[in-house]
Amino acid sequence: MSDMITKLQFYLQYPFVWYALIVGTLIALCSSLIGVTLVLKRYSFIGDGLSHVAFGAMAVATIFHLADSTIFVMPVTILAAILLLRSGQNAKIKGDAAIAMLSVGALALGYLVLHLFSTSANISGDVCSSLFGSTSILTLSEYDVWLCVVMAIVVIFIFWFFYNRIFAVTFDETFAKATGINADKYNLWIAVMIAIIIVMGMNLVGSLLISALIIFPSLSAMRMFQNFKQVVICSAVISVTCAIFGILISVLYSTPVGATIVAVDMAAFFVSSLIEKMRKR
Amino acid sequence: MAYIICKDLVLGYEGVAVTRPITFEVKKGDYLCVVGENGAGKSTLMKALLHLISPIEGELRMGDGLKPYEIGYLPQQTLVQKDFPASVWEIVLSGNLAKCGRRPFYGKKEKQNTEAVMKQLGIWNLKKECYRNLSGGQQQRVLLARALCATTKLILLDEPVNGLDPKATAEFYQLIKELNEGGITVIMVSHDIQAYMEYASHVLHIGKKQMFFGKKEDYMKSDAWKVFQYMGGDL
Repeated sequence: MSDMITKLQFYLQYPFVWYALIVGTLIALCSSLIGVTLVLKRYSFIGDGLSHVAFGAMAVATIFHLADSTIFVMPVTILAAILLLRSGQNAKIKGDAAIAMLSVGALALGYLVLHLFSTSANISGDVCSSLFGSTSILTLSEYDVWLCVVMAIVVIFIFWFFYNRIFAVTFDETFAKATGINADKYNLWIAVMIAIIIVMGMNLVGSLLISALIIFPSLSAMRMFQNFKQVVICSAVISVTCAIFGILISVLYSTPVGATIVAVDMAAFFVSSLIEKMRKR
Repeated sequence: MAYIICKDLVLGYEGVAVTRPITFEVKKGDYLCVVGENGAGKSTLMKALLHLISPIEGELRMGDGLKPYEIGYLPQQTLVQKDFPASVWEIVLSGNLAKCGRRPFYGKKEKQNTEAVMKQLGIWNLKKECYRNLSGGQQQRVLLARALCATTKLILLDEPVNGLDPKATAEFYQLIKELNEGGITVIMVSHDIQAYMEYASHVLHIGKKQMFFGKKEDYMKSDAWKVFQYMGGDL
């Protein structure tokens, strides 16, 4: 045990570990906030679909040798989010099929594009790290951290400011519309927030795993708490705790960060299910 | 001047009409029951009254000081709500949202209003309960309270007693009757004969065409009523 602590202390001297912790905490916090709404609105799949779109966009961005791929990836993902939320309501192709189409399409195109145009010698390594997150967290630069902080502040502010409206639109969109609330506007904000979170999370956990961060903490929280505010807060706490644990474990045992965080989130979910079962007895 | 005036109103989706022209009006203090077979366009009419869809033809006007968004709506339960983790207080409070205008949070006035409405409907003691753990009758009261937070003029009920047991149904009708006597105008869509036989003041019967609109007493003498009874009342 003391062995582990000395090892941790050793690693914590390096800024990259702190970068990872800061970025991880912020992404976990944001994704858990929006996750509650997504799960309750039955939109869990949208997170998954969007992350694939973000992967595709990232692949395209690499061909153009953009210094900062976020400039391209972010708008594309936001656009896709808006389209997906729209199509959920009235489209010829039904919501879930549209998402499935978009997500596999983007994934395939992304990989194809990388293969055809990539300048890097290690294509499968590149693909693997954008799908499952970087294997080492050394890759985060100071710039990444600042970008993440700014985006996290934006997401948290939008969520805080529109909290009551998001609740109303999540619980009963028809009623909200009938009383004159512009539900479509808030759905749009929700879409923008999901897109921002997904692009943020791509560096840390990768595009395949980001939807786990969105879904698991809120599902865990919903098993234990009975009102919306508590669920949101608990989900944030679970998510942040799991992210910190996951990152520390991955530093200590040099496991892949994204996968480790998701594994910890899964463990938390099983624990909360157990707690729920025990309470019911 | 009436609260709601509909004249030869034709409704539908994407330009395709689903109703025949409907003409009726609702005055302050009325208790209107909308009846008709499935597919006659009852829920479409509801949506039009709530301004969720716009009429294809005809006229739909609000008057007598009723603003377009001053209709309290009690919807049928959706799948999402059945396992929604929210307390009764949070749900009822959300009915006040339109009153907040541009303010992001609820003020003292909204909270006091919520408390008053909940006490009136006898659900103040359920304040901290989780919505999904309540009985059907209690859930309807919660949604009714939310509707009353949004307005004190007109409430619109969509099959409010669906899935309630006879006791809860009777209690719910009694509650609506008291609210109506207290000055709130009620529009109710219902399959339930008992609902309008006992409580309604007016009946709107829509079918392939508009069958009847008028006072309940006149409806009992009308042909539409005979057809309705002939069908066993279960339209």
